[in-house]
Amino acid sequence: MPLRPAHVALVVALAAVIVVAGCRQRSVAPSDEILVGHFTPLTGTTSTFGISTHRGVQLAIDEVNAAGGVNGKRIRLVTEDTASKPDVARTVVTKLVTQDRVVAVLGEVASTRSLAAAPVCQSHQVPMISPASTNVEVTRKGDYIFRVCFTDDFQGAVQAHFAWDQGWRRAAIFRDIKNDYSVALADSFAATFRRLGGEIVGEQSYQEGDADFKAQLNSLKALRPDVLLVPGYYSEVGTIARHARQIGLTAPLLGGDGWDSPTLVAGAGGPGGALEGSAFTNHHFSTELDSPHVQAFINSFTTRYGSKPDSLAALGYDAAKLLASAMQRAKALDGPSLRDAIAQTRDFPGVTGMITIDANRNARKDALILQVVGERFTVKRAYSPEQIGL
Amino acid sequence: MEWFVQQLIYGVQLGSLYALIALGYTMVYGVLRLINFAHGDVYMVGAFVGFYACTAWLPFKDLNAHPDAVTTNIALAIIAMAIAMAVCAALGMVIERFAYRPLRNGLNRQDARFWGFVGAIPLAVAVSDQGAPVVLAVYAVSGIALGHVLCPVVAWLRRRTVLSPSRLNALITAIGVSLVLQNGGLLVFGADPRFIPTIFPESSIALADGIHVGIGQLAILGVSIALMLGLRHIVLHTRRGRAMRAISHDIEAAKMMGIDTDRVIAFTFALGGALAGAGGFLVAALTHVKITPMFGLLPGIKAFVAAVLGGAGNIPGAALGGVLMGVAEAFVSGSQHLSTYRDAIAFCVLVVILLVRPAGLLGQHVPEKV
Repeated sequence: MPLRPAHVALVVALAAVIVVAGCRQRSVAPSDEILVGHFTPLTGTTSTFGISTHRGVQLAIDEVNAAGGVNGKRIRLVTEDTASKPDVARTVVTKLVTQDRVVAVLGEVASTRSLAAAPVCQSHQVPMISPASTNVEVTRKGDYIFRVCFTDDFQGAVQAHFAWDQGWRRAAIFRDIKNDYSVALADSFAATFRRLGGEIVGEQSYQEGDADFKAQLNSLKALRPDVLLVPGYYSEVGTIARHARQIGLTAPLLGGDGWDSPTLVAGAGGPGGALEGSAFTNHHFSTELDSPHVQAFINSFTTRYGSKPDSLAALGYDAAKLLASAMQRAKALDGPSLRDAIAQTRDFPGVTGMITIDANRNARKDALILQVVGERFTVKRAYSPEQIGL
Repeated sequence: MEWFVQQLIYGVQLGSLYALIALGYTMVYGVLRLINFAHGDVYMVGAFVGFYACTAWLPFKDLNAHPDAVTTNIALAIIAMAIAMAVCAALGMVIERFAYRPLRNGLNRQDARFWGFVGAIPLAVAVSDQGAPVVLAVYAVSGIALGHVLCPVVAWLRRRTVLSPSRLNALITAIGVSLVLQNGGLLVFGADPRFIPTIFPESSIALADGIHVGIGQLAILGVSIALMLGLRHIVLHTRRGRAMRAISHDIEAAKMMGIDTDRVIAFTFALGGALAGAGGFLVAALTHVKITPMFGLLPGIKAFVAAVLGGAGNIPGAALGGVLMGVAEAFVSGSQHLSTYRDAIAFCVLVVILLVRPAGLLGQHVPEKV
């Protein structure tokens, strides 16, 4: 069949549609707008984290704009998807900083991707606020890099204190060896737990995607631990708990903020399943907290998105609100002034607790211990940095 | 001693999973000399189909609410596995038809139509906020139109290309198909981990003091062995199986003897797909691991190694290689100090075995005909 003019016309028409669709989003920022960048994993393996965070950020920005914006200017959010990949994170942040010329960058959730993108922001003197990257190294990348969550050093210490306060003296560790977060959190726990006088009786590792955990758990079972620390992501924890119970390892499990997901309990075999009674440290946010501004946030989030916010949404919301407040206080919207304004944040009333940015650009705030009861996570108690001597 | 036996049991159970996936690799390799990297992703699709069968398509009962529903649940699980096998067999055939066959035989009109509909996907996505009827209409019209446009392009390509029997082309295509399935899975299923609900309460049988075998593990082992025996029967004792072995021996000669090689190859892919589908469902349902679009990535690589270890193209070899991999993994990862080096040790074993026996444990070294 020869190429007919009709075919050519069709191809041209299709190409035109694609080109037009691709160009739709491009426009230049008017002078009454402030551009803020946000890079987050909307697709890929951790897309649930990214989507939650993005909802929180978008809600905060819209609220700021509805209340008159920052000094009369509206904030426009430029969101880029990192596809859950560190190299993509670096590329999109370079684009945000050099092409869109945003005044500040929000993101990422995962520490590995924040670590990849932080040097770009640092070298272009654009402040970056990570909502949820807890790895200690992130804010050490430079004086333009901040976070609104606690660090793994703190989280691990809280876990150790909680375990000690529960009367547990023998702990076993089961960590995801390929996950920076999991490895660092386990180290931090072990250091504090040993200092308190506890014993780490054994250590095993797994990898995300493993089909079986019984071989490792069987070795840990023989060591008769009081508690099993599993500082991994919710996606594996349920399966690990089921395998542990199947082989007769009955010690409670203890974890970190990576457990926080509605899917956690489903993975453990539903309510009353293998995770019943286990506990984890989390950011100071729970839909059960009854302070008015937390409930106001939960209401407006639920009205807008039809589901309750998780702690990542709350952290995204806080990161964006904290940035807006710093912009209002800043002398000008250039990098150094904005950096100083963010660094001077004291007792900012976030929905994830009072946020004070310390000298290392980390948020100093409380952590919660949540316990799995049925399908819900109930607040067991809170730990402040002072309580554990930090 | 107890520890040793217990780890051995875990290892054999894990190994039987690897063996099930490895069979699919080795069969396709045996027939086509093609490493079908998409095989692990077909396994992933099997797990997802099983998930939807258990949660949406079939009337499974929640065991917490209905403790007496165990028998019906088990019957439904067998149906769910059959559905997963059927869907994956079909998927295996589609992959073979539209990704690998054009490399052997060149493109034709059917390919043009297929790629027309693939090419129309972005357009359908672009109008996805317009409601289902509009999307479907746009997709159908643009798919047919694009296929129509591609027809002369395909004809032109067909005139221009000289088919080369390069294995590298097929290998790279296989990697491409694997990426398409993984990312297509992200698009269709999303990245949220899914879990198949509990089918039957899992107790374990005590063999001796401190040595237990879970019912779920026994079920995996039993079904794997049954499927392997079934496969063995097909390959050794049926006409189709004989045709597969003939093609494996010499595809040109098989063609000259009147064997419809395309059909037999499609059948091979269907068989491999069915095994992968069964494996995906079994693992997801009985070990309770999360199902994500990356579900097949790691098991796929391990099973590929198992297939090479046993001797690529050799069916008993794949089973042996799978079990060996599983046992080695269970012992290394269960040990106190080596668990971090689990995969490193497994791959070192592979290197050593291949140095001693380059064709794998049960593989025969066939000199290249020049």
